[in-house]
Amino acid sequence: MAEHLLEVRDLHKHFPVGRKGLLGGPAAMLRAVDGVSFTLERGESLGLVGESGCGKSTTARTVLGLHQATSGSVRFDGVELTTLARPERGAYRRRMQMIFQDPYASLDPRQTVGSILTEPLKIHRIGRPKERKLRALALLDAVGLNPRHINRYPHEFSGGQRQRIGIARALALEPELILCDEPVSALDVSIQAQIVNLLKELQERFGLAYLFIAHDLAVVRQLCHRVAVMYLGRVVETARREELYTAPKHPYTRALMSAVPVPDPEIERQRERIVLEGDVPSPMNPPSGCSFHPRCAERHRVAGGRCEAEIPALRGTQDAGGARLSACHLEE
Amino acid sequence: MSVLDVRNLAVRFETHQGTVRAVDGVSFTVEEGETLGLVGESGSGKSVSCLAMLGLIPTPPGVVESGEVLLEDTDLLRLSPDQLRRVRGNDIAMIFQDPMTSLNPLLTVERQLTEVLEIHRGLSRSEARKKAAAGLGDVGIPNPEARLDAYPHELSGGMRQRVMIAMALLCEPKVLLADEPTTALDVTIQAQILELMGALQQKRGTAIVLITHDLGVVAGMSDRVNVMYAGRLAETAETRALFARPRHPYTEGLLTSVPSLTDDPEAELASIDGQPPDLADLPPGCAFAPRCPYVGERCRSEVPPLARVDRDDAGRVSACFESARLGRTEVAGG
Repeated sequence: MAEHLLEVRDLHKHFPVGRKGLLGGPAAMLRAVDGVSFTLERGESLGLVGESGCGKSTTARTVLGLHQATSGSVRFDGVELTTLARPERGAYRRRMQMIFQDPYASLDPRQTVGSILTEPLKIHRIGRPKERKLRALALLDAVGLNPRHINRYPHEFSGGQRQRIGIARALALEPELILCDEPVSALDVSIQAQIVNLLKELQERFGLAYLFIAHDLAVVRQLCHRVAVMYLGRVVETARREELYTAPKHPYTRALMSAVPVPDPEIERQRERIVLEGDVPSPMNPPSGCSFHPRCAERHRVAGGRCEAEIPALRGTQDAGGARLSACHLEE
Repeated sequence: MSVLDVRNLAVRFETHQGTVRAVDGVSFTVEEGETLGLVGESGSGKSVSCLAMLGLIPTPPGVVESGEVLLEDTDLLRLSPDQLRRVRGNDIAMIFQDPMTSLNPLLTVERQLTEVLEIHRGLSRSEARKKAAAGLGDVGIPNPEARLDAYPHELSGGMRQRVMIAMALLCEPKVLLADEPTTALDVTIQAQILELMGALQQKRGTAIVLITHDLGVVAGMSDRVNVMYAGRLAETAETRALFARPRHPYTEGLLTSVPSLTDDPEAELASIDGQPPDLADLPPGCAFAPRCPYVGERCRSEVPPLARVDRDDAGRVSACFESARLGRTEVAGG
């Protein structure tokens, strides 16, 4: 057994944008993922957080093979996936599944729940029809839906129930890793809590590893053992949950934490908030050096204009609980 | 003094599933210079209430069945479309969740802003341009003169929302209806916009009705809160009092199911059982009864009216037969 379930190293995904002239090459490159590295252990959940456009979804999709990596390495259970031929990749795809943000768009409205849940089994030629149906019933039960509803269509369910169907579908092939792309952000708060609890329960029951992509730091804190914070295609900080939430190191992480509104009027009205200036720059034209420098309040503490000139490397310590790394010149 | 007094507002939609009572007899007031939070989950009627106040409900399928919306002494629901147009954008304005769809993609920022001023204030083109630039400056847009010539697609999401706010505030309305103004934005940009709205309100004394599903935003921004469920008011309270001691089981469930950055991440999150209500098929009694941990016999047959729940606070009302049982057990709902 390999050491890590998933090991992503220096992953890049660049998209060509526009075209120079009629037959020319691309006019520009959008560096959606620009050198991302992390590891994920069996049964562990890693949160990938950051604002829109930071590359968290593209990272997950590239890991899964939905995008072809521009460069870098994705090792699943010790096997390099980026260079694997299509038929071989299929066997690994079985072991990694995905749950999507929009439970309305990710289910085929013309398929019954039973057919949605047995389809992955059919594609991978697992079991006979009767066994598949039994499996679908068991899956519905596992995600807290009534197995008697197996012949219903997606529109007969509420948003939260549809997300449960999406989760059941992801579980059908008994994966070891599930990539969750904002699985609760489209749901109402009370339903969100139900789904978060379900994901926790399933992780314990089936020993699942989650790569959990979300912008909501409070939800990530509920679900993830470790967190990687992304900004403009790069990881700026990774840490264990307790460390990240009690003592964030990177100036961006600190600003992000401080921007989350707290549902408590007493705290919310008194605390000092770091309000970042300006917008997230475009990944087509990222700032020089540390891409966070134009918005960083700590920049003046670093001498010699290094933030503007030099990309800070991820540095820190590594122990049994995982890495504690931060990419900031202040850390040196 | 109340600037806005909404009385018994009711809106229904005729749909294939049957009649949907999106807003079912809602009454509340908005005081001068205050921020009133309007909280509830999707389908609770918060947005429809605000659209109805401004005469923006598409008819059909929507019908404003009853109600009065008194802006100072004028009932907005009795105005002709022409009269309403003169009030809308002038005395009362609205900003929407998605600035990309609410700005006209074919018009420059200048044109979107000056149109309001030319219609409502009769300003000349050049006067309007000057005022529009000042408006952009007020909402923290750098280099406003240059930005006037930009089209919406050339601006970031945060900038577009600032333009929306600038547009809504140009005529210095008495009441601003803000429908999820920061939901589409990233948290660091949300923090900027909320700070801006707070500062502008202090400066101008605009009353704000803030529609949101984010209890953190409500905690920081609003003076009072209306909690809505299935088209009705579940509870109204001063913000601190609401968070300290909710008096409606739905509010209590909502507050306990929000994950925060400080609660125990190993513990199971409290959640509200069951599914959101089907507005076309509501139960006969309290709409929350099927999901309520406190439900009694009466709740299933009778709709609970809004009633005072605090001897010392006339503004504290809750629509629950069992509200006396809440808050006795401090950690209920878990």
